[in-house]
Amino acid sequence: MPKDSGIGASTKRREDVRFLTGAGNYTDDINIRGQAHVYFLRSDVAHGTLDNVDTSAAEGMPGVVKIFTGADFEAVGGMPCGWQVTDKHGEPMQEPKHPVLAHGKVRHVGEPIAAVVADTLAQARDAAEAIVVDISDLPAVIDMKAAVSDGATKVHDDLTSNLCYDWGFVEENKAATDEAFDKAAHVTTLELVNNRLVANPMEPRVAVGDYARGTGDHTLYTTSQNPHVIRLLMGAFVLGIPEHKLRVVAPDVGGGFGTKIFHYQEEAFCTFAAKACNRPVKWTSSRTEAFMSDAHGRDHVTRIELALDAENNFTALRTETYANMGAYLSTFAPSVPTWLHGTLMAGNYKTPLIYVNVKAVFTNTVPVDAYRGAGRPEATFQLERVIDKAARELKVDPIALRRQNFVTEFPYATPVAVEYDTGDYVATMDKLEEIADLSGFDARRKASEARGMLRGLGVNCYIEACGIAPSNLVGQLGARAGLYESATVRVNATGGLVVMTGSHSHGQGHETAFPQVIADMIGIDESMIEVVHGDTANTPMGMGTYGSRSLAVGGSAMVRATEKIIAKAKKIAGHILEASDEDIELKDGTFSVAGTDKSLAWGDVTLAAYVPHNYPLEDLEPGLEETAFYDPSNFTYPAGAYACEVEVDPETGKVTIEAFTAVDDFGNVVNPMIVTGQVHGGLAQGIGQALLENCAYDENGQLLSASYMDYAMPRADDLPFYQVDHSCQTPCTHNPLGVKGCGEAGAIGSPPSVVNAVVDALQSAGKDVTHIDMPLSPARVWAAMQ
Amino acid sequence: MVQVSMTVNGRASSGEVEGRTLLSSFLRDDLSLTGTHVGCDTSQCGACVVHVNGEAIKACTMLAAEADGAEVTTIEGMANADGSLNVIQQAFQDHHGLQCGFCTPGMVMSAAALLKENPEPSETEVRDYLEGNLCRCTGYHNIVKAIMAASGQDVSSIAAE
Repeated sequence: MPKDSGIGASTKRREDVRFLTGAGNYTDDINIRGQAHVYFLRSDVAHGTLDNVDTSAAEGMPGVVKIFTGADFEAVGGMPCGWQVTDKHGEPMQEPKHPVLAHGKVRHVGEPIAAVVADTLAQARDAAEAIVVDISDLPAVIDMKAAVSDGATKVHDDLTSNLCYDWGFVEENKAATDEAFDKAAHVTTLELVNNRLVANPMEPRVAVGDYARGTGDHTLYTTSQNPHVIRLLMGAFVLGIPEHKLRVVAPDVGGGFGTKIFHYQEEAFCTFAAKACNRPVKWTSSRTEAFMSDAHGRDHVTRIELALDAENNFTALRTETYANMGAYLSTFAPSVPTWLHGTLMAGNYKTPLIYVNVKAVFTNTVPVDAYRGAGRPEATFQLERVIDKAARELKVDPIALRRQNFVTEFPYATPVAVEYDTGDYVATMDKLEEIADLSGFDARRKASEARGMLRGLGVNCYIEACGIAPSNLVGQLGARAGLYESATVRVNATGGLVVMTGSHSHGQGHETAFPQVIADMIGIDESMIEVVHGDTANTPMGMGTYGSRSLAVGGSAMVRATEKIIAKAKKIAGHILEASDEDIELKDGTFSVAGTDKSLAWGDVTLAAYVPHNYPLEDLEPGLEETAFYDPSNFTYPAGAYACEVEVDPETGKVTIEAFTAVDDFGNVVNPMIVTGQVHGGLAQGIGQALLENCAYDENGQLLSASYMDYAMPRADDLPFYQVDHSCQTPCTHNPLGVKGCGEAGAIGSPPSVVNAVVDALQSAGKDVTHIDMPLSPARVWAAMQ
Repeated sequence: MVQVSMTVNGRASSGEVEGRTLLSSFLRDDLSLTGTHVGCDTSQCGACVVHVNGEAIKACTMLAAEADGAEVTTIEGMANADGSLNVIQQAFQDHHGLQCGFCTPGMVMSAAALLKENPEPSETEVRDYLEGNLCRCTGYHNIVKAIMAASGQDVSSIAAE
């Protein structure tokens, strides 16, 4: 019987009412009296020396307030990188300077060169057209392997090469891994591309800087997944503003998917310019600007090898990946191909030896950083594709080969440094086979063939590491930030609660789901609990939302703070009821003395906390407000099994998704409706990557896909109804809610099943096709069939 | 500058705008009706869909001056007279047809236009009609389901919680 409230209930989202009536408050909806607008003049060449920027003709144009160039930012810091990777020789990565506005050189199409602040956006744009920029073109560095070859043009003259780092993991395993390959009965090798994507939240980025001359206080309104992180990075490393004089507000945010984690130049610019111009300064990205300034995702080129013994047991795995960093290091870019990728290469399998090599490369392209899944989709794609290829080479059932090699005992320490606490990969695969009706596939294939279509089935597993933390571990791995989360729970005198969380909701439904947890803990109605997030002025220092961490880490902080609240409330109740607080029980919002009929309502106790007339003042402070910072002891490890059925039109190469089934183990689930919705969205992005999306550059570094005319976003008619199940639940053992995280699973798990299915379809027609690089456009599939 | 007057959500509204001002800008910046969103600059995303004289129009493809004298309805004018969610809005909430909410106003306006011309659309018809509305959060499953539910169809067989 489904619950109708609290943990496990599909409570309808309270935030929906404002979004459905046009009453949301997104950053672009914020207009401050007297604000000016900025337009960024961006480089239209990929690589060149910036010989001259002549703003003189533009200065006198109507409405122009001030024009800024790179020279105006020489005295401030550059954009910081939040993660330092150490290479296989023990040396730190190469870390280039990253200016707010280009200075000396331009290094990618879209890099801001000058910024025009004017009364209106139209005036700023008009004036920017009058700026004369002289750029001497240099050869563009685009192809990653060419970029690290001898004699390649350097993206950064002050670095020794275009190689950011050459990372080996686990370096100590390399010799043993190589030896296992020498002894293998069978080796399957696959070379593949994980295509470059653009996150494309529907709300473009926006920044509004404001400066209060009277107090010297700065405020930045921005489209961010983590306002505290932006305050720390921008205040401490770029502009030199102490945190108590800088407030960062991220109000309603229209999707993030990773690309709104990072600190961007436009945020620093608007904050800086608001003081310099003594006016609020607003920037709203156009979609074309978004394509050439939002951090991109993926863009790996990989060779993966899987060694098996004569009984088809996996004995070793070896990979070499080139990972594109773009022209500069975005905030967390170095961590994505390393610690978020290499550590997941074991997947769901007990492969004893793994060696991962990653070469991170600078190119004249937009910086690349975390995008939904971040490193884990790249790991899953390689692994699940090479296993599928091995099964076909060995002529064994791909599902049976996976089952044979599953990790079945937990906790399980992988050879790539992480320990899975719980999981049941057999159960998720069993469930998948059942609800996707895999036994009926042959009949469906025949029906398709009768219509002249090819039908394919692709199955794969995935595992991911979520709830990113713990801080002491990530510190050792090179993170320059902690990864705890915070919550302050404030109980009002009349019994209502406000949760001030360091997490940030930009579509995930925290305002609904977080109260479900507290409502259960206290036994009160969800409507008595309000969630506040997104403003550094009224939330405790928190690290924000990414890596499917909000409930696992932020929710745990909230639970800890609520536990403190309940402990204190029991002391107050014990005093009033003249009993030991150890004998006080809290159930259904009522405190009672165990074994008696003495009781007090929740509201009586909360009132006593603020009107402490009958109150143990000598032992206990008045008030009822507690803060907790929660730093987990491990990542969480959601896992699952996915199945995709496609039809391929042999005449055109067009692929249609006929059915998609996702079985996920997320541990405990607070709001099944929201969790299902998260999986749907992830699946759409993963299917989009597999079939449609591709961020393309030409050899000169021109961005060919800079609008929705050229970048194929998944539309309603590209996608099916999905079948989603999360009834297999092995709760996380180390957080108080037993939750694992669900935000990224769909995007991680779906690309390999789509490609596996298309390869299966083509092979069913006798085509000798073992791999097609994504996106599987009709042209690529048709070409592969010829 | 051009003087424009139109009826927006039943209220007479006017302003003085540059000739190049888009209807989306006029609604957002001059009338402070910020429920109409702008998500692209090539008329692809559909976040700005409004009704002009009863027809669904992308407000970023029309000049404010072109709408002079028109009857315009935006997302702010869609709720029932008592302020409660209308049938389509309620179906979006009931079936979790929105996450970040940014594309939602355009989705609701397109859905209303669809149901006006096709009161009981099939799944395929809904998906085809939404060709001009992009959503990056939901994967469309619950949007399609919500629109079919709003049309009075039984959607209980469509997988979900």
